[in-house]
Amino acid sequence: MAEFLINTVRLPAWLAWSVTAGVAAALILNVIAGGALVFIWAERKIAGRIQDRLGPTRTGGKFGWLQSLADGLKLLAKEDLMPDGADGMLFRLAPYVSFCASFCAFIALPFAFDFIGQRMNVGVFFVIAVLGIEVFGVILAGYASASKWSLFGAMREAAQVVSYEVPLGMCVVVPVMLAGSMDLVTIAEKQAGWLTNWYLFHDPFTFVIFWVYVTCAVASVNRAPFDLAEAESELVAGFHTEYSGLRWSYFFMAEYGSMFLVSALAALLFLGGWNGPVPVASLLGLSEGTGDTASYFVRLLGMANLLGKASLGVLIMMWIRWTLPRLRIDQVMMTCLKYCTPLAAAMFLGAMLWQIALPGGLVPGLRRPAGEIREGWLPGPGGAFKVRSADVGKVVQVSP
Amino acid sequence: MSALPMIAGALIAAPLPVAAINWHSLFFLLFASVSCGFAVAVVAADNVVRMAFYLVLSLGATAGLFFLAGAEFLGAMQLMIYVGGTLVLLVFGVMLTAQAPLVAIKGSGRDRVLAGIVGVALLALLLQAAFSVKPWRAPAAGVVAEPAATPIGMSLVGVRVDEPAVGAPAANKRPGYMLPFEIVSIHLLVVLVGAAYLARAKRRKVPRAIEVAASVEPPASVAEHASIGRERHRSGSVLAGGRP
Repeated sequence: MAEFLINTVRLPAWLAWSVTAGVAAALILNVIAGGALVFIWAERKIAGRIQDRLGPTRTGGKFGWLQSLADGLKLLAKEDLMPDGADGMLFRLAPYVSFCASFCAFIALPFAFDFIGQRMNVGVFFVIAVLGIEVFGVILAGYASASKWSLFGAMREAAQVVSYEVPLGMCVVVPVMLAGSMDLVTIAEKQAGWLTNWYLFHDPFTFVIFWVYVTCAVASVNRAPFDLAEAESELVAGFHTEYSGLRWSYFFMAEYGSMFLVSALAALLFLGGWNGPVPVASLLGLSEGTGDTASYFVRLLGMANLLGKASLGVLIMMWIRWTLPRLRIDQVMMTCLKYCTPLAAAMFLGAMLWQIALPGGLVPGLRRPAGEIREGWLPGPGGAFKVRSADVGKVVQVSP
Repeated sequence: MSALPMIAGALIAAPLPVAAINWHSLFFLLFASVSCGFAVAVVAADNVVRMAFYLVLSLGATAGLFFLAGAEFLGAMQLMIYVGGTLVLLVFGVMLTAQAPLVAIKGSGRDRVLAGIVGVALLALLLQAAFSVKPWRAPAAGVVAEPAATPIGMSLVGVRVDEPAVGAPAANKRPGYMLPFEIVSIHLLVVLVGAAYLARAKRRKVPRAIEVAASVEPPASVAEHASIGRERHRSGSVLAGGRP
């Protein structure tokens, strides 16, 4: 887009880049905010249906689809309160810390081929790293509120998120290993083709580790049955007990943003990313990488695919939330340490051995060999430091 | 729609001073000043949690510097390890010790002077070390400039990828940072072991009340029930040095 602005509209480079960055940021912000509106409405409807009632029905027509907007207006009109003993600066800043962390992780998330804020060669790692910062806002909120409930909630959240980062990281490593890259775009590209190319169906171990990932992802975004940080029946509202109005809604936007993020990450890592179950575009003879008008339609289709998969993930999280009761803290820790971590480690080893033993998959004709040849390892001019390695050897000999 | 580019072009036609700014340097200055400013704030603040918050901002800005330099892996590592891991653990520690003398730390004047001396000495050492490294140049011909961690690793063992190796052996003849790095690692390991030793629960010398009660001969009604546990009772009484 920046090239278009520079070459066609003839804007100066600095303005073109600023405009491009602004548009990308606004789009991501709208994914989070607009997504939160839709998902809050969906959450109410799903909760209602699961509990054998209707959910919102009146605001905005038959299905109550304006309910979230009405909620938003109500939150805007609410008074912004702060407890007496609170640490004012941290209390005010905490919601933004949470929200910013959630927002920043979206920067490296591809929505389709080339539809990405900033492509990074360590995209997965960046997303996981930034997602871990979100807990910092929660801890600050819990501390700064000067309330026992908030502090308890924050402590629980810290314990939970820190321990679930371990199995989550192990689950994420498996697709990275299969694709031979930490670039989310590359990982999704390797799964192009039919449904069977998805890493979910790569081998039995990845199939199991996907469900470990789902468990850890639900825990790391603090959704029920892992919502100990805001356990309503014990801690009033947990870490956001003292918050009201717009600041409170920032926490909620961060939560829904993270839910969407981990779902999109699951889609990218295990469910083929923007590649649909049936490769419609390539069957029609269209390609996403050519840059003409048709390729944009292919990318839009891919984006619809990814958003659909991610939304489905969020809906499944809601389904889980309204079905399962909340775990106790010892059960949460047991799930992490006794089940998820060993399972993830064993599946990681298994996937590795499978990759060594059966590099082409079970049925060789069904799958194209993905991730076997890596560009950097090839000898010749393409290899990164092949040219220099001879010189390096000489230097080592000279040095004492 | 065609009018829009013209209007935009007319608006921007005048040569603005912003066009001359080196944006890379500007962002470097921005991140560097945020990092340094909040680093000073960490020292100046007297509330532990606020210190942690400033430290997060300072370390996050350092990660921004890494991203600006194109070292994405290093930047993500900085976020993961320092900002994510260490500070969550720090806040853990703060909350477990959230008592009045620890929440608000007020150093005495003597402490401040000592800390100042140590800090300035360390800064002098680091500055000297930092400026003694020869500036990096663009990679020599034939080297594919790939954003990877390999150059960092090579320079850690004393081989600079960006310098001609054949012509100037003296320039490349440096010991590298491998040994200091290993020493620091071993030091950290020693610290970890020491901390685990200090934090370990001491073995109990005095028997608890329940153990003393258990070492008393059980009544007849419980005698057969306790036949399995008798061995344990005896050993307990011997350990406790109580009556047989």
